[in-house]
Amino acid sequence: MSTNAATTRLPIAAALKDATLAALVAFGLFALMVGLYTDQGPTGALVVSTRLEQLTIVVGLVFAGAFARALIFGREPVGFGRLQPAWLTGRAANVFRIVSPLFGSALLAFALLWPVVFYDNRYLLDLGILVLTYVMLGWGLNIVVGLAGLLDLGYVAFYAVGAYSYALLAQNFGLSFWICLPLAGILAAFWGVLLGFPVLRLRGDYLAIVTLAFGEIIRLVLLNWQDLTGGPNGISSIPRPSFFGLPFNDDEGGFAHTFGIEFSPIHRIVFLFYLILALALITNWVTLRMRRLPVGRAWEAMREDEIACRSLGINTTNTKLTAFAMGAMFGGFAGAFFATRQGFISPESFVFGESALILAIVVLGGMGSQLGVAVAALVMLGGFEVFREFEQYRMLVFGGAMVAIMIWRPRGLVGTREPSLYLKPEGK
Amino acid sequence: MEYFVQQLINGIALGSIYGLIAIGYTMVYGIIGMINFAHGDVFMVGAFIALIAFLALVAIGVTAIPIALFLVLLIAMGLTALYGWTVERFAYRPLRGSFRLAPLISAIGMSIILQNFVQIVQGARVKPLPPLIEGGYTLIESEAFAVRLSNVQILVVMVTLLLMLAFSWLVAKTRLGRDMRACEQDLKMASLVGVDIDRTISLTFVIGAALASVAGIMYLLYYGVADFFIGFVAGVKAFTAAVLGGIGSLPGAMLGGLLIGLIETMWSAYFSIEYKDVAAFSILIVVLIFLPTGILGRPEVEKV
Amino acid sequence: MTPAEPILTVERLTMRFGGLVAVDALSFEAQRGAITALIGPNGAGKTTVFNCITGFYKPSAGMMRLVHSDGSVFLLERLLDFRIAQLAHVARTFQNIRLFSGMTVLENLVVAQHNVLMAASGFTFAGLFGLKSYTAAERASIDKARYWLDRTHLTARADDLAGSLAYGEQRRLEIARAMCTNPALLCLDEPAAGLNGRESAELNELLRFIRKEHGTSILLIEHDMGVVMEISDHIVVLDYGIKIADGTPEAIRNDPKVIAAYLGVEDEEVEKVEAEVGI
Repeated sequence: MSTNAATTRLPIAAALKDATLAALVAFGLFALMVGLYTDQGPTGALVVSTRLEQLTIVVGLVFAGAFARALIFGREPVGFGRLQPAWLTGRAANVFRIVSPLFGSALLAFALLWPVVFYDNRYLLDLGILVLTYVMLGWGLNIVVGLAGLLDLGYVAFYAVGAYSYALLAQNFGLSFWICLPLAGILAAFWGVLLGFPVLRLRGDYLAIVTLAFGEIIRLVLLNWQDLTGGPNGISSIPRPSFFGLPFNDDEGGFAHTFGIEFSPIHRIVFLFYLILALALITNWVTLRMRRLPVGRAWEAMREDEIACRSLGINTTNTKLTAFAMGAMFGGFAGAFFATRQGFISPESFVFGESALILAIVVLGGMGSQLGVAVAALVMLGGFEVFREFEQYRMLVFGGAMVAIMIWRPRGLVGTREPSLYLKPEGK
Repeated sequence: MEYFVQQLINGIALGSIYGLIAIGYTMVYGIIGMINFAHGDVFMVGAFIALIAFLALVAIGVTAIPIALFLVLLIAMGLTALYGWTVERFAYRPLRGSFRLAPLISAIGMSIILQNFVQIVQGARVKPLPPLIEGGYTLIESEAFAVRLSNVQILVVMVTLLLMLAFSWLVAKTRLGRDMRACEQDLKMASLVGVDIDRTISLTFVIGAALASVAGIMYLLYYGVADFFIGFVAGVKAFTAAVLGGIGSLPGAMLGGLLIGLIETMWSAYFSIEYKDVAAFSILIVVLIFLPTGILGRPEVEKV
Repeated sequence: MTPAEPILTVERLTMRFGGLVAVDALSFEAQRGAITALIGPNGAGKTTVFNCITGFYKPSAGMMRLVHSDGSVFLLERLLDFRIAQLAHVARTFQNIRLFSGMTVLENLVVAQHNVLMAASGFTFAGLFGLKSYTAAERASIDKARYWLDRTHLTARADDLAGSLAYGEQRRLEIARAMCTNPALLCLDEPAAGLNGRESAELNELLRFIRKEHGTSILLIEHDMGVVMEISDHIVVLDYGIKIADGTPEAIRNDPKVIAAYLGVEDEEVEKVEAEVGI
């Protein structure tokens, strides 16, 4: 590949040459993988069949894409910095500063009204709950990844700890949701500290792998500790939440009777919707608040430069630990909610793919941006539903999006950061 | 005793496979200081390419196993190397000079892409391959237990040894090896004295991927199955091996691979097979906490 | 300007990296309220000495004793890096500037006051609910930041990202940030590197101001002989990790060993040094 960066577009002949090279590479990559298909034949042995049509299409697309790119961009590397816009600091940032709270409020109003508008649409209510769960998880992980700059690839472990804590506590000790919820959060935070204490001294990328390993360990233990967790069968008939003591049933003393309204199973769904909305908003409030406190500023400073932090007398191990524990706690809350909503949990819900999904939400939304994370969760999970028939492609799209975002917009789609304090009054 | 010897043999064969993958991690880490998270999936891609190539060869009438295997080896190494090159070119190179976490996140994205790509184009089901190399030797025969050394195991260990020797020669004696070592010392300095950094890094990924593809073939021969998810667990274990041996050190990667292979087989044989991955992952955590430089690694001095 | 007692006493400090001895049995003193310069050719081990004093490297041998004016003594080789900054009040800057570039200038200065603010926020709990005591402490920290912004002529840039500052401004901000930690000893690693003439003069002014008004002792690594000769009270010369001279600027200027050390380097540098020292 020529490093001779031409600043202008290429002539057609050169573009054709580049495109041919790209098509050759694509052919090498896909000839076997796409061009041939292996499947078990009637005897059980693998049989190979050809898919030349698909191969031609894929290679042709690569050729066309490379040709267009060469004509439009030339050979200039389309990489970091190229599309790094001036709007991060320019006037657009000021516009953004005004628009984003408005947009945030609109989004909140939208969320609040959702169950009112779609009261009789069970599907949309469930979807809303799902999106909000991921918003909350995204916000929780955002503390760790976005603010403190610690790459946690095992976040789902804390989600699992929360879910199993709730399920086991509620089933074995008959504790109510409102007692189990904080306990689940505390237990998750406790695990966060337990893991974090020894490993947070490690450099960033080691930490990522260790958290990944931890996530897998938790999942494998849940899968194999049959006596406690039910193994692959999971735990079922987990107690449902009550409206502060009033169960959602048709009995005397149930929610509907107490308030003198007709019983409907939708009540519980609406309640769950507002419950997760409240939990998510608490997460958001605490995060925003902490950003303006010394600990939150230290998180961000640590993300920027850890050595400088230590030279200023900041105990980075403790600072990391608080971020890790906070993130874990909110993950635990979300897990408890997940358990009570589903009524059934199994290790299958806590695989690495979940961690990757939550991480993708944080990364796409813009690390550190609360609004960005919420929008990313909405777009991604909404996108899943809209493009249901393309379900098998969705992880592929995520992976691609993660790479593309890192190349073109490393600070995320909504990549502006609101300073935690100003010298001059705002607006000036 | 016989049982132990058998586990020792199995462990060494498995460890050789991990060692081959671990070299890819260690080389890339040594040169650009990043964990190539997608390397485990490159290994998986290598196994798939080998599988498809073998079936295709049989379909066109190349039925002599030794010839077929040799051709498969060439095809898989070449094409997987192309994957390694592409991954570096598109997902990592544009990120040099970006912020700290960017390459790692990009690598995770790449890992997801490779996994799902293979799942989409070749299906999610496990691909079985009948044993191609059969037979072996019975080493010790007692009443209770017979220790067997299979031909596949011999092949795995031999190929690994051969590749290790070739690779050590490459690093120690060739121009490319010198460039790689220069980049490892100091990337900026190396470029100042005329090392083509882009090319060296590219070749590092290419070689790492080629070695991983050999590991993929060995895996296929050894276990007789492949699916799109084998790269994840094998990748984490190979990374553990690289760390245990001392990341950045080539003999360390091999040593770490052998140790992880042995620990895994011994753990499965004597404790519980369900928790074998837990054991491997726990070792990773324990090693990083207590021995972050690994067995053969050099202490890392933080650049202030 | 002849203080009687040393703030920092370094005795037989040795730092080895594998087989390489970067600093070899170095002993020197830095006087309280004075500006001490550490000079020497490239690779003489100056930054290594800094990294030992500020705890980023653990020295292979030797002792570093810091005495506060109230008489409390800190053995720096026994403290972790952040403890040195937190307890012994040693602040530093870096050769290749290390700012929190994604945060604003003001935030950089407030982060530097972390430990004070952390205590005031009741380790986050009081701050979370916006208690008065914390808001007052935060206001005080902004005032202090404003004070140093004024001194370093950065007030107009307070709400801009630190990464968007010009090079010279970044150097000044790093010093301001270090001063916000209330240091007893300020360690500056090549503060004049990359500055133009006017900026260098401003830097001299700033360092003199810090010494005079705040009584902060300063330890300085510098290549710019103009800066060193002009503002230092005392100079320590290192070559290959060994101290070859130690004295007042006048004494150093005429020390044959120092000249030889510099002569032994590159011609260009020698000419520069000769011109600056005035041979």
